Amino acid sequence: MTERTAQLTGSAIFASLSAEELELVSSAARPVRFGAGERLFLEGSPARGCWLIHDGCVALDLLVPGRGQVVVQTLGRGDVLGWSWLLPPYQWHFGAVALRPTTATELDTELLRTLADQDPRFGYTLALSLFQACVQRLQATRARLLDLYRSPHGQR
Amino acid sequence: MTGPGNAGPAVFGLDGLDRLVTVLAGHGYRVIGPTVRDSAIVLDELDSAAQLPAGVGVETGPGYYRLRPRQDHAMFAHSAGPGSWKQFLHPPRRQLWSAGPDGEFRPATSASPRYAFLGVRGCDLAATGILGRVLGGGPQRDGSFEGIRQNLFIIAVNCTEPGGVCFCASMGTGPGAGPGYDLALTERIDDSGHWFLAETGTPEGARILADVPHRDASAADAQAARADVSDAAQRMGREMPSVDLPALIRDSRESPHWADVASRCLACANCTMVCPTCFCTTTEDVSDLTGDHAERWQRWASCFELDFSYIHGGSVRQSGASRYRQWFSHKLGTWHDQFGGSGCVGCGRCIAWCPVGIDITAEASRLADLAGLAGEPDTRREDD
Amino acid sequence: MASAESASPVAEPMLPVPYLVAARTTETHDCVTVGLEPARDPLPPFQPGQFTMLAVPGVGEVAISISGNPATQDGTLTHTVRAVGAVSTALHNAQLGTPLGVRGPFGTTWDLPSATGRDLVIVAGGVGLAPLRPVVLGALADRRSYRSVCVIAGARTPAEFLFHGELAAWSRRADIEVELTIDQPAAGWDGQVGFVTEPLARLPVDPARTTAFLCGPEPMLRFAAQVLLRKGIPAGDIRVSLERNMQCGIGLCGHCQFGPILVCRDGPVVSYTLAGPLLTIREL
Repeated sequence: MTERTAQLTGSAIFASLSAEELELVSSAARPVRFGAGERLFLEGSPARGCWLIHDGCVALDLLVPGRGQVVVQTLGRGDVLGWSWLLPPYQWHFGAVALRPTTATELDTELLRTLADQDPRFGYTLALSLFQACVQRLQATRARLLDLYRSPHGQR
Repeated sequence: MTGPGNAGPAVFGLDGLDRLVTVLAGHGYRVIGPTVRDSAIVLDELDSAAQLPAGVGVETGPGYYRLRPRQDHAMFAHSAGPGSWKQFLHPPRRQLWSAGPDGEFRPATSASPRYAFLGVRGCDLAATGILGRVLGGGPQRDGSFEGIRQNLFIIAVNCTEPGGVCFCASMGTGPGAGPGYDLALTERIDDSGHWFLAETGTPEGARILADVPHRDASAADAQAARADVSDAAQRMGREMPSVDLPALIRDSRESPHWADVASRCLACANCTMVCPTCFCTTTEDVSDLTGDHAERWQRWASCFELDFSYIHGGSVRQSGASRYRQWFSHKLGTWHDQFGGSGCVGCGRCIAWCPVGIDITAEASRLADLAGLAGEPDTRREDD
Repeated sequence: MASAESASPVAEPMLPVPYLVAARTTETHDCVTVGLEPARDPLPPFQPGQFTMLAVPGVGEVAISISGNPATQDGTLTHTVRAVGAVSTALHNAQLGTPLGVRGPFGTTWDLPSATGRDLVIVAGGVGLAPLRPVVLGALADRRSYRSVCVIAGARTPAEFLFHGELAAWSRRADIEVELTIDQPAAGWDGQVGFVTEPLARLPVDPARTTAFLCGPEPMLRFAAQVLLRKGIPAGDIRVSLERNMQCGIGLCGHCQFGPILVCRDGPVVSYTLAGPLLTIREL
């Protein structure tokens, strides 16, 4: 097993992939690092690439007229950044910028999509893995929507 | 049952009953007993035995309570009155403390009353014991309750005529009174007259009885009185199903049954008011217009109140179903976890005084049916 | 059962002990930390996790967790109060020297000593950080008795974190990990944005040697506990602090019932083994 594969093995996102599937994914992988403040992508740009974060902090943001770049979410160790490459219109809906020096494994998502088309079972497992990450992110976002820490004083 | 320092039960007649009330007053007790008022038999302070409800009986059923004239002059042949001894042990309102501008907190001091309860049935005697475990059995104790209980003289009466809503036998609290009385009476009206078998439970009971003209009971007297009581146990109108109620309740928290009861229950809190073991209270703070003098009072509360469980801007138990479930589950289930026994004594008051006639025994049976448990067959007789 | 003479008077556990407001620190727009000192006799020492009943004469009485340093047992009491109702608002607004009444300390404790030799994970949601502050201070005061110590605190916005200065000081220490996260986007914040379960999910833990202490709104307790359970931490190693309406604080009024337990007597700190199943029951 290569070092790249070892890094992917440790990730919860790809935990359900078989050893062969992990090899496939790691063939599309390369290590990257970003400095503090370095932008990975802007919202609206073509969605290419997917990152498994090992260390550091990446912010998802959006330009809101009058408010500037608003950070809606931060990601860290073990998180997958980038899903919009999997679904049309293949465009980033939010931007991403490293807040701190960040190391990650970048996946060649064009290659991943090709591999998934060729091997639907791999594609299914890959999609499920990403779906799980998406669901967890959604649950956390819904918990934030509940605004649980707000004061009950004067609330209805 | 005989008590310490007494060879056996005694017998006295109506004159003895008169004398008993006088003797108690002479010993500094305030005698509380049943009396007729406002079309019900209520508990109130008695000056003499003449105020007892001689010849008054009751008809009771789900949501139903009426007085009826009896053909005899029995004093204690009634049940399920709207008040219980709880109102004296654990008053509906009492002041806790007052505070002045000096920042000092002063307890509301008053000497604990010395009550003699005349006519405590088995169910209510058990209820007194239960209140004792709740209010006086934990690391923190209700001082007012303790003070009253320490001075309390109890004259129990063994029931010989179960009421329409009674189920004490299936709760193990009656019809005969359990331990905890100073004296226990069994009323009997037969060819030899209107007499009472008196059994002593404590030295204080013996002391009081000594001043009441009586004779030793014959074996036949005692046997007749006890037979009346054991017969009564066979003539109960309803019973709690003999299943493991705490476990049933634990497993039924999501039962559709609660919504069913809620469709009938008005959340009026009558059941908690008449129940002899419901003990919940709420505190209230008052101050005068200057704000210099403040008082804290305690009053009866009910888990049916919408804001009973109020926290963080809303109540935890908002639906009627959850509030009925709370009362029922606590009384028959979690009371065991909290206080080591059941909270229900089978007095039936909640059944009689529920405006829509919800029967706690029937609800328990229904719950058991839904859970697929084989309980005792329902031997309830038709009341309405 | 009766005695002829009147019995000796029984203590009135509902009678407050007079205290005075001796210190007041603003934490957020609706929270203050008040320091109380006894007007005369102090109450018994407190343990982390316990609460007192604070009385404002003429207004009412509420249960407030003690947020003070457990090493300081000089009779003073520290509480962090959020103004949400009549009594808490009166406490929040009380100026130095205001007389109050206090009863307690009551309730079960976080039982930090039972977690010696283990990794501590402390998860606070909103004002839930206040009852957990004594745990953090207790762990830092006896740092070598514990393996790793990690505090994860969530708040709505950066301005709503309690104990700003202390959080910053803890963050600077090498012997404690502090992760702060906010729910709502905020300008000028370069820290984590996300629900408190997100940094918790990222935390590497040794499930066999971790004890978790959770405090916050009930849904947050459930979500956080689920994350910990998924990591393999047994429910018995997760402790939560519960809240219910309290009128007496001493097991006599019935309001704080939560299924089989009285939160004032069997809580507020409860093992998740007991609390977990109860927290899933609607309107319990």
